[in-house]
Amino acid sequence: MSLTRSSSTSMSKAQVSLMEWVDRNKAKWTGWILISLVIIYVAFLILTPIMALTAGAFEKGFGEVIDSLNQPDVFLAFWNTLWVSLVVVTIHTIFGTLVAWVFVRHRFPGRNLINGLVDMPFAVSPVVAGYMLLLLFGRNGILAPIVEALGMQIAFAMPGMVLATLFVTLPFMIRELIPVLEAFDTRQERAAATLGASGWQTFWRVTFPALRWGMIYGITLTFARALGEFGAVLVIGGGVQGRTETATLFIYRALDERQYIGAYSAALVLGLFSLILVLGSDWLRRKRH
Amino acid sequence: MLLIIPLLVIVQDGLRAGLAEFWRQVTLPAAWHALQLTLWTSTVMTVINIIMGTLTAFVLVRYEFPGKTILNGIIDLPLAIPTLVTGVMLVILFGPQEALGSWLKARFDFSVMFAPPGIILALLFLTFPFVVRSVQPVLMELDLAQEHAAATLGAGGWTIFRRIILPPMTLPIITGALLSFARAIGEFGSIVIVAGNIPFRSQTAAVYVFGEVESENRLGASAVSIVMVAIAFTLLMIADYLRKRSKSTEGENI
Repeated sequence: MSLTRSSSTSMSKAQVSLMEWVDRNKAKWTGWILISLVIIYVAFLILTPIMALTAGAFEKGFGEVIDSLNQPDVFLAFWNTLWVSLVVVTIHTIFGTLVAWVFVRHRFPGRNLINGLVDMPFAVSPVVAGYMLLLLFGRNGILAPIVEALGMQIAFAMPGMVLATLFVTLPFMIRELIPVLEAFDTRQERAAATLGASGWQTFWRVTFPALRWGMIYGITLTFARALGEFGAVLVIGGGVQGRTETATLFIYRALDERQYIGAYSAALVLGLFSLILVLGSDWLRRKRH
Repeated sequence: MLLIIPLLVIVQDGLRAGLAEFWRQVTLPAAWHALQLTLWTSTVMTVINIIMGTLTAFVLVRYEFPGKTILNGIIDLPLAIPTLVTGVMLVILFGPQEALGSWLKARFDFSVMFAPPGIILALLFLTFPFVVRSVQPVLMELDLAQEHAAATLGAGGWTIFRRIILPPMTLPIITGALLSFARAIGEFGSIVIVAGNIPFRSQTAAVYVFGEVESENRLGASAVSIVMVAIAFTLLMIADYLRKRSKSTEGENI
């Protein structure tokens, strides 16, 4: 290539060497341009908003942040969030494991259908999820008479919010565990059984340790998603201040009432909480490798 | 049980008054506009996501540069941040009382809040990881020898990218795009804050459903819900099918 160029009489030597230099460094330059493009995009899209939130909360100083959070209804809201999330995580840890296990180990009619259905909550808007439950349990709801006869309240109460969050977070645990179970060698289990271990012993000593990391990751994802759930709990819980208000619902109300510092601070705390959760489990996972 | 019963209930409720009524509810001006807004903002978001997501995955796999690990970690941040919090972040940045927002408004008469740009921005934030994480593993496994061969034969960088790198990535890109789109259709938390609830202007389908639930218009809420779920579920199924197909073709190659 350089041969044909240097033979062209119209170009000076300097021009030729410049073109060669450009040619040689072209790949490097494209690389740097692409890298900077991506970094600028990510910084603009993701980092700027996060920094803005931090700056917004601390706009009037640290004391103001503490004051705005140090209120009974804020405490109650965070407590509600934590309570719902913990219940949801516990239920999913047990039933998610069960579902994943049945799904991987057994062949049954309708297996493919169930496989598709597990992902359905990803396709259902949180608002719609909450609304579905309202149709079931709300006033004039289909199951309302049964629930009433049992003396329970589901809509506009904590059980409904737990149900809504269960629905929205359903896929995480199962999707995390299925690949682990599929990769797991059943010969270990059979060996344990041959050696006289009971079914429970086999599960606890052989299967569970293999599942542990998938479970931890599934729990984190479920937990983080449950903490941040908004649409579904808003519709089914109604966001009654001092009763069914969760942290996200508080943020929404505070914004509406123009208590900006309160809203920003609560958002910051909630964001940090789920961030630490996810980053923490990511770090644990990396440490293991 | 947890999944099927609610779904059946909503379908039954939406079609309770017959197909004609269902159709009338969906095509009510406000509902129709909300659905259209949701679809077109999601489409714009998906297109941007395809380009930037692929580029990000490419840069992460192919280049070494300081801060690469950090960048790789940042990509997952949107999954860890509650969507409502995302909305709050954008309000602080672009809200009408805030510095950047008022400057944009005064200078360019460009409003992000309570308008489609805000919706698109929120959706971009939320769905950024999808395309990147779908493309990245495929790109990692790509055989460099083919590219070297092409370069030796005199192909330029762009030709190599288009002819050799792009074809195996098409499927994962489409899968990632479908996932982003399906996710965007139902988004509520960030949008209700960023876009508010202004019919015919910034009201998306999810926000419309919320409004109808609040005002106890069950037919309208159910009808629009059915449309949203049907679209998102179809896209998800296609994405699932594509993923399975790419897995089986991989098997054939080995």
